[in-house]
Amino acid sequence: MTEYALELENLVMHFGPVRAVDGVSLRIPKGSVVALVGESGSGKSTVGRCIVRLLEPTEGTVRLADADITHLNRRKLRPHRRDVSIVFQDPAGSLDPRLSVGDIVGEPLRLMRRRGALPAEQRNIPSAVADALRRVGLRPEVAQRSPHELSGGQRQRVSIARALISSPRLLVADEPTSALDVSVQASVLNLLADLQRDLGFACLFITHDLSAVEYLADEVAVMYLGQLVEQGPRERIFGVPAHPYTQALLSAAPVPDPSTQRARRPVLLGDDLPSAIDPPPGCRFHTRCPVAIDKCRTVVPESRVIGEGGHQVACHLVNDDGTGPDVRDQADTTGGVAR
Amino acid sequence: MTGSVLEVKDLSVTFRTEDGPLSAVDRVSLQVTDGEVLAIVGESGCGKSVTAMSLAGLLPRTATVEGSVMLDGVELIGADKRTLRSIRGREVAYIFQEPMTSLNPVFTVGYQISEVLRVHNGLSRQAARKRAVELLKLVGIPSAERRVGDYPHQLSGGMRQRVMIAMAVACDPKVLIADEPTTALDVTIQAGILDVLRALRERLGTSVVLITHDLGVVADLADRVAVMYAGRVVETAEVHELFARPQHPYTAGLLGASPSAGRHAGTHRLNEIPGLVPVLAQQPDACTFADRCPRAIDICTTKQPVLAAGVACWNPEGR
Ligand SMILES: Nc1ncnc2c1ncn2[C@@H]1O[C@H](COP(=O)(O)OP(=O)(O)OP(=O)(O)O)[C@@H](O)[C@H]1O
Ligand SMILES: Nc1ncnc2c1ncn2[C@@H]1O[C@H](COP(=O)(O)OP(=O)(O)OP(=O)(O)O)[C@@H](O)[C@H]1O
Ligand code: SF4
Ligand code: SF4
Ligand SMILES: [Mg+2]
Ligand SMILES: [Mg+2]
Repeated sequence: MTEYALELENLVMHFGPVRAVDGVSLRIPKGSVVALVGESGSGKSTVGRCIVRLLEPTEGTVRLADADITHLNRRKLRPHRRDVSIVFQDPAGSLDPRLSVGDIVGEPLRLMRRRGALPAEQRNIPSAVADALRRVGLRPEVAQRSPHELSGGQRQRVSIARALISSPRLLVADEPTSALDVSVQASVLNLLADLQRDLGFACLFITHDLSAVEYLADEVAVMYLGQLVEQGPRERIFGVPAHPYTQALLSAAPVPDPSTQRARRPVLLGDDLPSAIDPPPGCRFHTRCPVAIDKCRTVVPESRVIGEGGHQVACHLVNDDGTGPDVRDQADTTGGVAR
Repeated sequence: MTGSVLEVKDLSVTFRTEDGPLSAVDRVSLQVTDGEVLAIVGESGCGKSVTAMSLAGLLPRTATVEGSVMLDGVELIGADKRTLRSIRGREVAYIFQEPMTSLNPVFTVGYQISEVLRVHNGLSRQAARKRAVELLKLVGIPSAERRVGDYPHQLSGGMRQRVMIAMAVACDPKVLIADEPTTALDVTIQAGILDVLRALRERLGTSVVLITHDLGVVADLADRVAVMYAGRVVETAEVHELFARPQHPYTAGLLGASPSAGRHAGTHRLNEIPGLVPVLAQQPDACTFADRCPRAIDICTTKQPVLAAGVACWNPEGR
């Protein structure tokens, strides 16, 4: 038995010429929450979809607990389906409107029953569904309703109930709150945090909301253009971020406090984003990195451990003890705006 | 009131729909002074965009608008098409959330900016082109001389938004209405756009009405804030005051619900606002927040609170 709920080794996913994911290695210890952050199009959802095998990776391995599921076919995957679930960003689009809420939530159990893999305590599916709904804060009567009669927050609770009903060891939550109203987001985040603590599943929490990361995650992995540039314990990523992109990301996220926010100077990277079809040679971040040197344009930086808790970074300028440039010290306050 | 570039009084907007009239905005009053950034915050569907569109005369014909919108002394509600057309672009300009839908894909960005300048300011082709390059520089587009010949699809999302801003400020409008100008963008790109807006305000003295649901963006840029809930303004305050001492229970709830309000994993739960956002103002005789409000008292379900001393609430926080 390994201590990891998930191990990704050199995961590669190409869509024709699009190098969406290009060599991602990541481990999620059992029972812990790893946040995957990075900008739009950096490949976060693609990683998530490879893990639940909605996609078959081009290269590399996906290992769940002790099973290599990278290339299993549909039939061979079936016994592993209950071990990993996914919750999508868009609660409306991810629930079949022709089914009742009860059917949606109970479906994983019916599939398990067909294989004779349904545990005794869940034989009574309607009552298991009622339990699952109660657990996510919905009244069991909701089972009779259709998903379109529910609010966005309620629908997201339904997808969480469905995802957790098979007691998975790993939950992939792909931006579970970004489609929700601000006042509803907090309750879904609280719910995820409570369930995770009570049920102990491991979680890959995909998001671009850094404040939610700080609230939920044990570890953070930062993605840029198909690759991980830094990963490590939450306190280290927020406290001593080493990669220039991580530093820029943290400095750019505005904090909801006027005095604090106005005293900050975000690092401005310029917004000419390179494309995943033709990623820059050397360090992929060099076209936007404020401290790039010549070597960055030609030599790919290897990921190295630089601190406790497996804090890793891929940058030429970071020393082995984690020291190196902090781009936040040299923030350009003119914003590239002509003055 | 002197010093107000924009003064909105008792603005109400009702849409004719198949299910009958829908009141989207209910007696909203706002003021924007010279060079001020007013943020309008609130959740999806609360009427932010409808309010903003009515300021620029952009609502569809199915909308009935009541009340008054005075822009630099000129009444816009009920104004004829010609007045509106001459005001749009010159006095008030609008930036949309999704820049791709408002840029024309078949013309270069330089051509599109030049057209605005030629139509509104009567510049010659050459002068307009030169000014377009200056404007692109103003909004922080690198190699503006080259980029001026690009088509919209050749630009990144952040650069397209910068082009939109360049077009919007081309005729030096008094008021710039920015409807979620950064919502579709990544934070590293957003920081640059907010910086452009800040610079425009400082350099050109443009007043900005900034619509957003991101409290971080508000904290970054706003001078004053109007909080909307279900079609109404429930609180207005100077920005520091609002974050330090929110008066309306909804505002207080929103501020507490944000994960970064000084909390860390495991130590605290986030504040939740129970219940759901209501369908728009359908109960004229109650506070629309009453069924979610931890401070509700008897009167809240029988009488609608009106905005007084910056808050529309019978039992505000801190009293
Ligand atoms: N099925 C597909 N076919 C072709 N390209 C794809 C496909 N799915 C994703 N891509 C591309 O792969 C890249 C990574 O996309 P992905 O959705 O994983 O990004 P993301 O990090 O989740 O972004 P976002 O934050 O916007 O959700 C993008 O360039 C995207 O256009
Ligand atoms: N053309 C229209 N016809 C009918 N109803 C409309 C129309 N435009 C807007 N509405 C309704 O008016 C209400 C307010 O919409 P508005 O677009 O102002 O919300 P918003 O606060 O901008 O929300 P968001 O944050 O989602 O952009 C909504 O209930 C919306 O459905
Ligand atoms: S390797 Fe070079 S370009 Fe890449 S992040 Fe480090 S300094 Fe910047
Ligand atoms: S008026 Fe009453 S119900 Fe409405 S916000 Fe104030 S206290 Fe709450
Ligand atoms: Mg995604
Ligand atoms: Mg809107």
